[in-house]
Amino acid sequence: MATPGKVGVVFVSHSARIADGLVDLARQMAPTAALIAAGGTDDGRIGTSFDLVSSGIAEADSGEGVAVLCDLGSAILTAETALDFLDDETRARVRIADAPLVEGGVAAAVSAEAGDDLQQVVAAAESAGGGAAAEAANVSGAPEPREGGTAASAYSRVVTLINADGLHARPAAELVKLATTFPQKVTVNGTDAKSLLAIMSLGLTKGATVELLSEDPNGREAVDAIAALAESGFGEG
Amino acid sequence: MGLDITWAVDWVRQSADVIAEHRVELITLDREIGDGDHGENMDRGFQAVLPKLDDLPAGSTPGDVLKLVATTLISTVGGAAGPLYGTAYLRGAVAAGSAASLDGAAVAAVLAAARDGIVARGKAETGDKTMVDAWTPAVEAAALAASNGADAAAVLAAAADAARAGSDATVPLVARKGRASYLGERSAGHRDPGAQSSALLLRAAADTASVSAGA
Repeated sequence: MATPGKVGVVFVSHSARIADGLVDLARQMAPTAALIAAGGTDDGRIGTSFDLVSSGIAEADSGEGVAVLCDLGSAILTAETALDFLDDETRARVRIADAPLVEGGVAAAVSAEAGDDLQQVVAAAESAGGGAAAEAANVSGAPEPREGGTAASAYSRVVTLINADGLHARPAAELVKLATTFPQKVTVNGTDAKSLLAIMSLGLTKGATVELLSEDPNGREAVDAIAALAESGFGEG
Repeated sequence: MGLDITWAVDWVRQSADVIAEHRVELITLDREIGDGDHGENMDRGFQAVLPKLDDLPAGSTPGDVLKLVATTLISTVGGAAGPLYGTAYLRGAVAAGSAASLDGAAVAAVLAAARDGIVARGKAETGDKTMVDAWTPAVEAAALAASNGADAAAVLAAAADAARAGSDATVPLVARKGRASYLGERSAGHRDPGAQSSALLLRAAADTASVSAGA
């Protein structure tokens, strides 16, 4: 079912179980956005189905647009063919994201949940690239205490998360969205504040202490802005 | 002699027979450098077209047959071959238009449109070890034959011969597109299954055209 006012997301996989599992995974962080699985062939084999993709797009489309995430090559071919068969008006609001299915799919779902427009949802998916290895590298550098190894120009703030969800789903998306408005690099417990997946992977819950740090000489404003957002409880009060 | 609806239907039936006959060969080729489903998928697709041929309304054209094949393959094949062949037949149908009969030049135009559709969809170039390596020589041979005034059957015969040679030429290539590209250098020494099925389908087109012309 399409969700009024929100972009829909379609997951195209060769495997029905991958697509269904991805809906389950993304659903945790996107409880209301339209997330549609289009995995496997019509008769449940490994492959992709033109009909399932076409009906998935129709089902996900609230009028705000649909982001389509694909796995291996022929899934993209099937999705592109499905787009060819849409009427011009519908096709104009359907995008195939150039992103890894799982990481990009979760990022797109969270962005759609936050009420972002189609361009933002696709951008969220496409910025989630890099794959599992990059995410792991990002996360493993997490909350090690720093002892003088920091550049002299570094600026940091420590804040406590007061909102119910911690740095999950929408709050994480808001934080990343704000961080991307600054050119300087900011880290959250050592993790890049511009990577939605990495931020969510920190698993920071209510009451957690968070160190916001920028080693950029001009990073102070970005750190303060993010700290203010976190201290406001991400608008949850 | 132009090729009409009778030829188009014969071609599709012959295609289904040939693909069924070569199903295991295509599966084997695809298993060596891909995911092993090409023979199965193509066979399912063409078998699904057969019953629909009987429902074609009176007055249908070769273009209508191509369109029927296109939509059926897109919906039933499942692998990359579905969108690729589906787009090829669809573009071919557009090029054939509503003509009741196709002459040599029209057949060459249909083949060129089909090849362009495959290239647009798959973004493969000549030498990437894909079905394009059968189609491009076929289109060039067809255009040359048509410009020399060959009739439709002779144009298809030239295309089929060139597609066969093109399929043969994929054996030493290193794949740069599709699942086989994951294998890199190891894909060399194997024939591309998509080029092979393309050669088979164009051979079926030529064989049925020569029967039509002889009748």
